[in-house]
Amino acid sequence: MNESPVFSVRDLNMHYSSNLALKDISMDIRPKRITAIIGPSGCGKSTLIRCFNRMNELIPAARVSGQVLYHGEDIYAPGVDPVVVRRHIGMVFQRPNPFPKSIYDNVAFGAKINGYKEDMDELVERSLRRAALWDEVKSKLKKSALDLSGGQQQRLCIARAIAVEPDVILMDEPASALDPIATVRIEDLMQELKQDYSIIIVTHNMQQAARVSDETAFLYTEVDEATSARWGILVEFGETGQIFTKPHDKRTEDYVSGRFG
Amino acid sequence: MSVVDRWPEGRVGPGVSLHDCRPARRRVWRNRRNTVLIVLATLFVLITVGMILVYIVLKGIQTMNWEFLTSSQPFSLRRSGGGFLNGLIGTAIMVGVAAVVSVPLGILGAVYLVEYGKGNWLAKLIRFFADVMTGVPSIFVGLFVYTAMVVNFGFSALMGAVALAIIMMPIVLRSTEEMLKLVPSELKDASYGLGAAKWQTVTKVIIPSAAPGITTGVMLAIARAAGETAPLLLTALGSIQLTAKLWGEPIQALSLAIFDGARNPFAAGQARAWAGALELIIIILVLTVLARVITSRSRLSR
Repeated sequence: MNESPVFSVRDLNMHYSSNLALKDISMDIRPKRITAIIGPSGCGKSTLIRCFNRMNELIPAARVSGQVLYHGEDIYAPGVDPVVVRRHIGMVFQRPNPFPKSIYDNVAFGAKINGYKEDMDELVERSLRRAALWDEVKSKLKKSALDLSGGQQQRLCIARAIAVEPDVILMDEPASALDPIATVRIEDLMQELKQDYSIIIVTHNMQQAARVSDETAFLYTEVDEATSARWGILVEFGETGQIFTKPHDKRTEDYVSGRFG
Repeated sequence: MSVVDRWPEGRVGPGVSLHDCRPARRRVWRNRRNTVLIVLATLFVLITVGMILVYIVLKGIQTMNWEFLTSSQPFSLRRSGGGFLNGLIGTAIMVGVAAVVSVPLGILGAVYLVEYGKGNWLAKLIRFFADVMTGVPSIFVGLFVYTAMVVNFGFSALMGAVALAIIMMPIVLRSTEEMLKLVPSELKDASYGLGAAKWQTVTKVIIPSAAPGITTGVMLAIARAAGETAPLLLTALGSIQLTAKLWGEPIQALSLAIFDGARNPFAAGQARAWAGALELIIIILVLTVLARVITSRSRLSR
């Protein structure tokens, strides 16, 4: 590949207080692709995805070393404002978390706080259309977002993230709280969105990773026998097809073939 | 020994059906006894409160009329007629000013405790003193304001408001803190994830989400302040004049007017005190119900 990566992670180490959570992660995320992060519970998938927009800093005692280069610029460099980072790199969370406001206000929230000067109605409609939610909610934009179903709420959260016109969308198990039909809709939506955005998705569902992603990173927990300390390492990273059919590493093969996890 | 023998109620198994497993007699008896005790305790509380309410309504209603609501106290406690309008206005002014001062301070303090200070020593100190201040008998607050300010500036509505604000602030602070703590971290994550700065998250997401609960706390603080008597004795002093001045002269409060009427030997004054008590209870009841209605609409409590 000769296109320049969106993210270049270089020797990323992440600590909670003195406990190592992620060790020596290095990977390149390619633009306009869906990159899946898979691995067993507790291996640090969510921790890793939260490193991409500095959401980890909201947890006191979280510490990051190494580099996360975003278009060549280290987002952890001194002088970089995490708020600015998050305006470029949107996030969708595991549980749908719309604000207890109207549907309209939810979508407009990010634009408002960022001082968006264009036509707000147009932005809201465009974002909702992009998130495949417009037809379902166009008649009740002023109604509370909490009255929507779980799947609709999650698409609203995606619309809300799109509305700030980010470059990357991080999705932390976006469908794990949804039923199968809502999950399919989110997956279809992701295929639509990757034309314009780079998407990183954490999932514990291997079929989902195989279905939606172009590239897959397999994380695994390493255990120090002496201290029983555990941390996540990146075992293998490559084309999704290769990871699932011809994995290079024995641990990847065991995991994707369902031998553990 | 089979499983059936080891437990008083027995166990279902080969040859033993659910019908053979009778609840142990002792358990049934204990259950009844405790139910009776709980019901009695509830009734005791309800009856006590009910008796107070009924008594005040019965006594107060005799003197409660339009004249009572719209006129001030007569110059002599002996004389019948007149009302507590001066006290109502005084209470409204003092509680109003106290709320204007204490509510923003209390809310901002709570925001500091929950979002900025978290567990640091300053937050712990503030929390500790807020708890102490909630527990301090209100007469001490009156004494404090008296020695610190009234001695120099004289009795006035403003002095009373200062005392009430001191009483209200820790209540607002602690109740707001509890409500802010209930705001789910998912909402904060969502806000930060959209590139909101901390102050934007506080003003646009956290406070609006907790607003119904904060309102309840504020209402409770107002109800508490409206009923305070002791600190006002030493700061507003009380007066039979109808005045709305914030500064320069003593002012009446509903609670002070009730206190005056109740401790004098004349029937007319006592009757007014009963009506005043009824008026005050209705005001506080209305505020509390209002607070409840607002909270029941809370999206957080859903």
